[in-house]
Amino acid sequence: MISKTLTSRARCPLTWLAILLGCVAVGCQNAKGSTPSPAPGAAAASAPAAAHALAITDTEVTVGQLHSATGTMAISETGSIQAERLAIDQINQGGGVLGHKIKIIQEDGASDWPTFAEKAKKLLVQDHTASVFGCWTSASRKAVLPVFEKENGLLYYPTFYEGLEQSKNVFYTGQEATQQILAGLDWLQKTKHAKTFFLIGSDYIWPRTSNKIARKHIENVLKGQVVGEEYYPLGHTQFGSLINKIKAQKPDAVYAIVVGGSNVSFYKQLKAAGVTAENQTLLTISVTEDELLGIGGENMVGFFAAMKYFQSLDNDNNKKFVAAFKDKYGPKSVIGDVTQAGYLGPWLWKAGVEKAQSFEVDKVVAASPGIELTTAPEGYVKIHPNHHLWSKLRVGQVQLDGQYKVVYESELIEPNPFPKGYQ
Amino acid sequence: MTISFSIWMMQAFNGLSTFCVLLLMALGLAIIFGQMGVINMAHGEFLTIGAYTTYLLSQASERFFPWMASWYFLLAILVAFVLAGGVGLLVEHLLVRHLYRRPLDTLLATWGLSLIMQQAFRSAFGAREVSATLPNWLMGSVKPTPSIDIPINGLFVMALTLLLTCAVFFGLLYTRLGVRVRATMQNRLMASAAGINTGRVDKLTFAVGCGLAGVAGAAFTTIGSTGPTSGSLYIVDTFLVVVFGGAESLIGTIASAFGIAQTQATTEFFMTGSMAKVLTLSLVILILMVRPQGLFALKVRR
Repeated sequence: MISKTLTSRARCPLTWLAILLGCVAVGCQNAKGSTPSPAPGAAAASAPAAAHALAITDTEVTVGQLHSATGTMAISETGSIQAERLAIDQINQGGGVLGHKIKIIQEDGASDWPTFAEKAKKLLVQDHTASVFGCWTSASRKAVLPVFEKENGLLYYPTFYEGLEQSKNVFYTGQEATQQILAGLDWLQKTKHAKTFFLIGSDYIWPRTSNKIARKHIENVLKGQVVGEEYYPLGHTQFGSLINKIKAQKPDAVYAIVVGGSNVSFYKQLKAAGVTAENQTLLTISVTEDELLGIGGENMVGFFAAMKYFQSLDNDNNKKFVAAFKDKYGPKSVIGDVTQAGYLGPWLWKAGVEKAQSFEVDKVVAASPGIELTTAPEGYVKIHPNHHLWSKLRVGQVQLDGQYKVVYESELIEPNPFPKGYQ
Repeated sequence: MTISFSIWMMQAFNGLSTFCVLLLMALGLAIIFGQMGVINMAHGEFLTIGAYTTYLLSQASERFFPWMASWYFLLAILVAFVLAGGVGLLVEHLLVRHLYRRPLDTLLATWGLSLIMQQAFRSAFGAREVSATLPNWLMGSVKPTPSIDIPINGLFVMALTLLLTCAVFFGLLYTRLGVRVRATMQNRLMASAAGINTGRVDKLTFAVGCGLAGVAGAAFTTIGSTGPTSGSLYIVDTFLVVVFGGAESLIGTIASAFGIAQTQATTEFFMTGSMAKVLTLSLVILILMVRPQGLFALKVRR
């Protein structure tokens, strides 16, 4: 009898364990944004309900901040939280917006998409925030989008993303896919004479959509050849087989969109297997200075990244921004592309409000297209009628100290979230 | 021809190296889950303890003891074992001890513990991933011929795995403690009647299992990431290996790690990574349907 209970102790839970592990695995997937996206057009159906008044007193205006401060996405979203706070502090020091100081209500999306939607609703319905700075993954943005459209809120979204979205209630301060991809590939062909490409990505919407665009561009415009296209599950840590495939194919260039912890494994194992900048050209669009902290500059030295912003950009706006950021968050802090895009949000909102002479969402939205920001750390940006930003693309080369050296800078690129011929 | 041969060689090494990684991370759990029957969902976080220990020591050696820079890593492995084991001891005493007869509650409790530990890491070390500076002798690759690269960190993980597996085997089979552990696990009442302090055996076993996880975490800083949730990247695979092998058998754990690694590495080369994973998992499920007790099962009188 007793021995039976003892042995069954190890046995019976197996079923439960399997179920729970399944849940964990699915949870991990979702965590990085692989939830099926609702149709962007779903928005059109809901009528704007601007009935509720915004939380504005004679001296204060309330805005919301909605990122993951906890959970698996905190690793990425921390930079955005910090940058948005810095911008708001600076705006307040300069007298605020239309004479109103900005008060922040920060909510934690906790890396969980339903939580994001719930908190978005709270920020809009209960707190009556005049605008919200937030979200990072596409999944979290898709989760809050119906809320913002129904309650007629205003969201400034900082991440570079796959495009294919445009909403009246959202401004996208990061680059959409074509801005980040096309010029980078052109550069690879022109300067590295790349004809054969190996595309790699983590297995979810952003890398897959981006590689789809990249493949079309390589095959139709550059007349090059894609010799391999590979996706690995999020959190994958063993890249030996992939590296051997790269070695067998010997592509002129590797185009990598690996994210999260996998990133670290991928580059460490590449280096250990003897694939370095000396014998392989590699361009990534998913490694910012933030990720380089975890990978270690020595493991990626010489490889290239294509983004709109690098911490090392040599202009006065950026020097001031970097100095202020380090002053507030410590000398060791680093600033990546998304962090800078987060910093733009409050400034763009301020410019919109001042042009509209009103905090009202509809008026700010109407006034925003055409707004220029000459004080942006990345140089100069301008809001396009499609709510994305005109911006440049830079190619940076990884240095030993975990910073990028800019080796190429494009002209201003028009945002095109629904690119023809690339879908 | 020479190219394809060298690719083949590297692919073979890759399979072996994946095998060692799987085995190393499963070793601690094979003891805790396999021998004790405790479903420890926080196992990944003990790996993370080891990884952060390595990171901290790397920082310390850079700042205070530059002469140690090339050897701190070996020290880190020892410290990781002690630290993770120590935390394991504490966890056993405060939490797991009270739940031995309620395995499903253990599952939930340790899952909660894993969330708490993740957030604790996040608060202590920041949400961003960090990177331990590895000594030079661990970097780069051995080149038996110009076109073959065998990564040194892979060799290192292999050697460590071999060493630890032998140690665990020897420990369980030939030491006094090992005998007590096995006696307690097979028949707690009789073991206790024979004068074995089963409570103490439980504590030690759990601590050793956690310590092994710490060592794995330290070793994995050479090939993977160090962040608050790094450990959770491994937890699914770890349970997979132990369950597939047959929970109570160490040989089973080794065989299953080998089988899964080889299937994974081979299929990965011929199809995409995601499909390879699907195929591997499907095979495991099929085999578990035929042999629910896993590859190897200990024959005990029920």
